[in-house]
Amino acid sequence: MPRVRDAHGEGVDAVVIAVASGKGGTGKTTVAVSLALMLGDVQFIDCDVEEPNAHLFLKPVLTEKTPARVMVPEIIEERCTHCGKCAEVCAFNCIAVIPPNAGLKGGVLVFPNLCHSCGACSLLCPEGAIRESYREIGVVESGQAGAIRFVHGRLDIGEAMSPPLIRQVKGHIDLNRTTIIDAPPGTSCPVINALEGSDYCVLVTEPTPFGLNDLVLAVEVLRVMGIPHGLVINRCDIGDGGVENYARQNGIPVLMRIPFDRTIAELYSRGLNIVEKDGDYAEKFRALFKDIKNHYETDCGHQRKRGHG
Amino acid sequence: MKQIVVISGKGGTGKTIFTASLAALAPSKVLVDCDVDAADLHLLLAPRTVERHEFRSGKTAWIDPALCIACGECADACRFDAIAESGDDFEVNPLKCEGCGLCARICPVEVIEMRENLCGEWYLSETAYGPFVHAKLGIAQENSGRLVACVREAAKDIAHTRSLDYVIIDGPPGIGCPVLASLTGTDLAVIVTEPTLSGIHDARRVLGLTRHFRIPAGIVINKWDINPEASRKIEALCDEEGVRFLGRIPFSKQVAASLIKARPYVETAQDGVADAIRSAWNKIDSEPADKDCRSS
Repeated sequence: MPRVRDAHGEGVDAVVIAVASGKGGTGKTTVAVSLALMLGDVQFIDCDVEEPNAHLFLKPVLTEKTPARVMVPEIIEERCTHCGKCAEVCAFNCIAVIPPNAGLKGGVLVFPNLCHSCGACSLLCPEGAIRESYREIGVVESGQAGAIRFVHGRLDIGEAMSPPLIRQVKGHIDLNRTTIIDAPPGTSCPVINALEGSDYCVLVTEPTPFGLNDLVLAVEVLRVMGIPHGLVINRCDIGDGGVENYARQNGIPVLMRIPFDRTIAELYSRGLNIVEKDGDYAEKFRALFKDIKNHYETDCGHQRKRGHG
Repeated sequence: MKQIVVISGKGGTGKTIFTASLAALAPSKVLVDCDVDAADLHLLLAPRTVERHEFRSGKTAWIDPALCIACGECADACRFDAIAESGDDFEVNPLKCEGCGLCARICPVEVIEMRENLCGEWYLSETAYGPFVHAKLGIAQENSGRLVACVREAAKDIAHTRSLDYVIIDGPPGIGCPVLASLTGTDLAVIVTEPTLSGIHDARRVLGLTRHFRIPAGIVINKWDINPEASRKIEALCDEEGVRFLGRIPFSKQVAASLIKARPYVETAQDGVADAIRSAWNKIDSEPADKDCRSS
């Protein structure tokens, strides 16, 4: 399945909106889930495969479960001459070749945890002695939460690399439907893989020095990726004016401000979402979606070079 | 020398605020910020940077546009979808390139160069609380796990040369690569969690990780009074899993407000939050990490 629509501006109705943050715990999942609940007929893609949480709030019935597999090399012993080519070409140091010595048979050690599945070893083995085999790193689960189509991934405990699983989760995106992506925190590879191909990114932040520090990093990533973005300032009344100033100086629209409310925190703790309990919030999130679409369509939608390549 | 890492699974549970307070409470230590892609600890420690080092790791492919014959073999071979046609040429998308070098090896005219990445910087700083090793991953760079390993190595050296008792590590959220790099070889993982469904869900996964690597773990519940019932469940979980319960910190709006003071929380307030952090530290400090959960 293509990850990005190719037509110019077509399917503008079906935007891919990512919700990200830089700093963790600012309310990404709350905002993403609220948007999905308000819109109803959308797909929700939880890309935080290390710590997926959205299912706790959307409570989908998960009907499909696919193991997420990555390619790893498997040595065909009888063909291997222990020439060492595979170890030489592996940029990730996951193959060690022990040459035959003093009558002892040689061997090849593969460390699958380090493998990035690039295929260099199997392609470049002069003897054709490396077969592509697979190993599981987690699962992709999908199902329905009412009208919402839900997909998430769960990385197995002890696995280091989430990007391949994130890419597999995103393989389930149907580009003809509006999509909400719940991204992992941070600014490195997992986030970039989650955001890649999105039309718009909502950055959820909090008005504290921590929130600001991580927001600046997240904005820099979005600029590099060429993804238009706006802010939701959560707990907008608990910190200082740093985030608002930064947004103003950098021309980043503030799409929504959510004041601190202990009720939201308590509902959240029980896996409940504010829009299910409070009509005002439902209205606010509906307005947020409209705002996002306006920004996407008027400011950026048609000039933007699609983020694939 | 003992290495203590503060992690959480879920982001935003209060790791850094807790770690900064340990900086003020622990007597003899080096501090390390291993959340290299969203580092915040420096904001509370007023560091004076004395050394700055480049961090180079991994490579990115570069196709010489003048010499490329546009055969497309590289694009076909790339498993990361990182090479695409761009006008008459082929171009590498550095965000997608994982640096495997396959393209450079198979290019029939040998015009692909693998260029070393400058992935970020790391710093050695002095603070009022002791030496501090921290880093900044470059924008949209990879290899955060290796950068974590690099700052931890530097911190361990300092602990040895200055004969310090503790290496105190502020860890990243999640359970992936930088978390594994922050956790390996530590003597105690302090898991800061919150009494929410997500907090518990994520703490369970982190506990799975500490068990997997046989690292003794302790749990601190932050904002426990947001949901007292869920807090009791977490305490029960500690019993079940043979994990040390290090205490519960009440919710206070003062905590977020205090960040502006740019100092460890225990130095800015005398309240229930500060008391709870102090008591958690006393538990960590009084029980030698070696003797308890290591065997379980």
